[in-house]
Amino acid sequence: MTAGPLLRIEGLSVHSATGVALVDGISLELARGEVLGLIGESGAGKSTIGLAALGFARGDCRITAGRILLDGLDLRLQSAEGLRRLRGRRVAYVAQSAAAAFNPALRLIDQICEGPVRHGLMSRHEAEARAIDNFRALGLPDPTRFGRRYAHQVSGGQLQRAMAIMAMSCGPDLLVLDEPTTALDVTTQIDVLAHLKTLIAGAGTAALYISHDLAVVAQIADRLLVLRHGKLVETGPTEEILARPQTAYARALVAERTGVALAQPAQKAAWSVRRQAPRPAMPVPANEAVAAGEAVPASILDVQGLAVRYGRQDALSDASFALAPGETLAVIGESGSGKTSLAYAVSGLVPAHAGRVSLGGIPLAPGYARRSREQLRRLQLVFQLPDVALNPRQRIASLVGRPAQFYRGMRGEALAQRVAELLGLVGLDPALAARWPGELSGGQKQRVCIARALAAEPDVLVCDEVTAALDPLIAEEILQLQRRLQEQLGLAYLFITHDLATVRRIAHRVLVLWRGRVVAQGPTAQVLGESEHSYVKQLCASEPQMRRGWLEETLAGRVDPTAAEPVQYPHAN
Amino acid sequence: MSAARDPSMERSGWLRFAASGAPLVALILAAVVLAPWVAPYGEAQFVGGVWDPPSLAHWLGTDNLGRDMLTRLIFGARNTVTLAALATALAFTLGVSLGFFAAALGGWVDALVSRAIEILLSVPVLISALMVLSVLGNSLPVLIATIGLLESTRVYMLARAVARSIVVREFVAAARLRGEGLVWVLVREILPNALAPLAAEAGLRFSFIFLFVASLSFLGLGIQPPAADWGSMVRENAQAINFGLPAPLYPATAIALLTIAVNRVVDRYLAAESRP
Repeated sequence: MTAGPLLRIEGLSVHSATGVALVDGISLELARGEVLGLIGESGAGKSTIGLAALGFARGDCRITAGRILLDGLDLRLQSAEGLRRLRGRRVAYVAQSAAAAFNPALRLIDQICEGPVRHGLMSRHEAEARAIDNFRALGLPDPTRFGRRYAHQVSGGQLQRAMAIMAMSCGPDLLVLDEPTTALDVTTQIDVLAHLKTLIAGAGTAALYISHDLAVVAQIADRLLVLRHGKLVETGPTEEILARPQTAYARALVAERTGVALAQPAQKAAWSVRRQAPRPAMPVPANEAVAAGEAVPASILDVQGLAVRYGRQDALSDASFALAPGETLAVIGESGSGKTSLAYAVSGLVPAHAGRVSLGGIPLAPGYARRSREQLRRLQLVFQLPDVALNPRQRIASLVGRPAQFYRGMRGEALAQRVAELLGLVGLDPALAARWPGELSGGQKQRVCIARALAAEPDVLVCDEVTAALDPLIAEEILQLQRRLQEQLGLAYLFITHDLATVRRIAHRVLVLWRGRVVAQGPTAQVLGESEHSYVKQLCASEPQMRRGWLEETLAGRVDPTAAEPVQYPHAN
Repeated sequence: MSAARDPSMERSGWLRFAASGAPLVALILAAVVLAPWVAPYGEAQFVGGVWDPPSLAHWLGTDNLGRDMLTRLIFGARNTVTLAALATALAFTLGVSLGFFAAALGGWVDALVSRAIEILLSVPVLISALMVLSVLGNSLPVLIATIGLLESTRVYMLARAVARSIVVREFVAAARLRGEGLVWVLVREILPNALAPLAAEAGLRFSFIFLFVASLSFLGLGIQPPAADWGSMVRENAQAINFGLPAPLYPATAIALLTIAVNRVVDRYLAAESRP
């Protein structure tokens, strides 16, 4: 063992096959046992740097300049065989999607034990015993038999923990964590984050922690490296960057989470005015609403006792709410809570098993096929993933123009003008009309999806996690766009999300789903601030906050509402 | 720039162009269209002895009845390729529309059509073809209809599988939620996204049909003499092998080359298609 940093990267540049610089002259140092956070939006080169620490470049990319020294050993000069001996044993990798990284045809334990056995560090028996110890330490259910399961038989959070155990199986000096909690919802994320921290601290491993979520990185990283377009923006100790970001970009990242920059007084006032109208916190039966007279604003969308059932599985039961014109109702809950089922049942994509959906006072058929064209027009759905929601073989002009053509009979020049107008409305260059969806970025594609929904001139927009697949700053732009559109067009939003920060910024009222049931409903501040329901409390507490030590505080004060297994975080020393 | 290129690069460029299959396909298409004008002799004209060796008058020699081999190859291209192309077109029209239809509607429509097709599939194509052709006779329209119908079952299986994976994608859900009719969903949403696998299948299917026509002709059930086609040319000249003569190898080579060339062209199209 030599003194000096464990990992030292000097002037690293990585270029794609087409000659685009993905990483441009990055240098960094990482001491033993230190955790360095790499942060930035997608395309910032975070993952490329993380992979370079394994001496690897993805696909057609090539490492074109610089040195990567692991304990004084230049990885760029190593043979394929030399790298093979290093990888897994001295440097290990935890991928963003554990589901995609595990071999679905092999049992977990076989994959976890493969590394140490192949590297000749342990016998299979020892490796298994160690893996079981780690299963126990990370709170996985039934530790002795957990490894016999296949990847699809465990939950996403459990699989991500199993992947971390696999990465740690050879006792590496350096662990590269590539967005390990990004695909998880907040309540699961906090568990996995705590376990990762335990695992790394217990073994004294150094780590590169890659994330686009500053609040998450802040919990685990000693130092931060802020990246953008492959270049270094800012670096320093975590507390320093959180408290006093030096560059405009880092300030935007910090503000994005805390929401300081965006709480515009004018909008706040508008919202509070609306809230002064005596809105019932829970929907009241129709006769009572009538009795209340003019005090209740006429709702555009009325949902009563909605239930969705897949086979014998209840995905959603007895959901009731009302939505007024110009209002945003956020539906929150973790994955599997029935949020998307609610959105699909309202839009008719999945016929409701029971209950009633009324649009403008007229009851709608459960399935879209039996709704009239006019009813379909007035209620538009925006999907979660713009990549699959846009037909890759239709140009933007026909994607956006089709609803106008279909519902309004527009043709030729008038249609082209309408498309340009719609693209302008969502903040896109009208010249993009001639492009294919594949030529657009994720944020641009989501804007196209919104433009397509607006082309129908709807009254209600059902938004299913529209920002979940986007980088935080891009997501913020989309939210601002949606708020602006609401003010301009008086749209009502049914906004499905799992992100509380989003809810705080866009929703007038909130409906909280937990295991297919509505557990709380009412004005945003009231529900998120005062709800008595333990799940809502935990949900609020699980939202990462932009300060160090939040993770430990939250875990210490946490009550598990599911109470399926006592949550314990023993340190694996 | 390109003029200053190294000559060896030029040659490899030419080689690559030739290996792409495009020139060969173009050559054969030219033969199909221009046969009566470019062939040196008449299709069934006796011009020499039995299996004369190649000469200036007969570049590839003569066949088992003393007809010019090159002339027969050119007219053979016309007959075989036209038949195979028409049968492929029919197979795709039927198979793709039924397959998309079944995938988009699902439920009992899908089950009914799929089971019916599977029953057809369970009988070997050659046996079904022999049965139909011996009952209805083997005029050209009957031949095309029979082969097209039988091969459409294979196309159906692929088209349905591809469409099923597209139907579940969200842009199709978006179109349906808009209230679009079945025709729009099939033609505008599904078809453009299914083109790549269907094109690959078309190249393969054309080759299979082409070989199938050749084997039907070889059995005497395909195109009838004295019209030339590559399959029956192999059969008619097969005896020459016993005398160490290359006569059957000319049509056999033509069959092999066209099969390879068509698939090379499709490969090129698919490679271009998969680029972003």
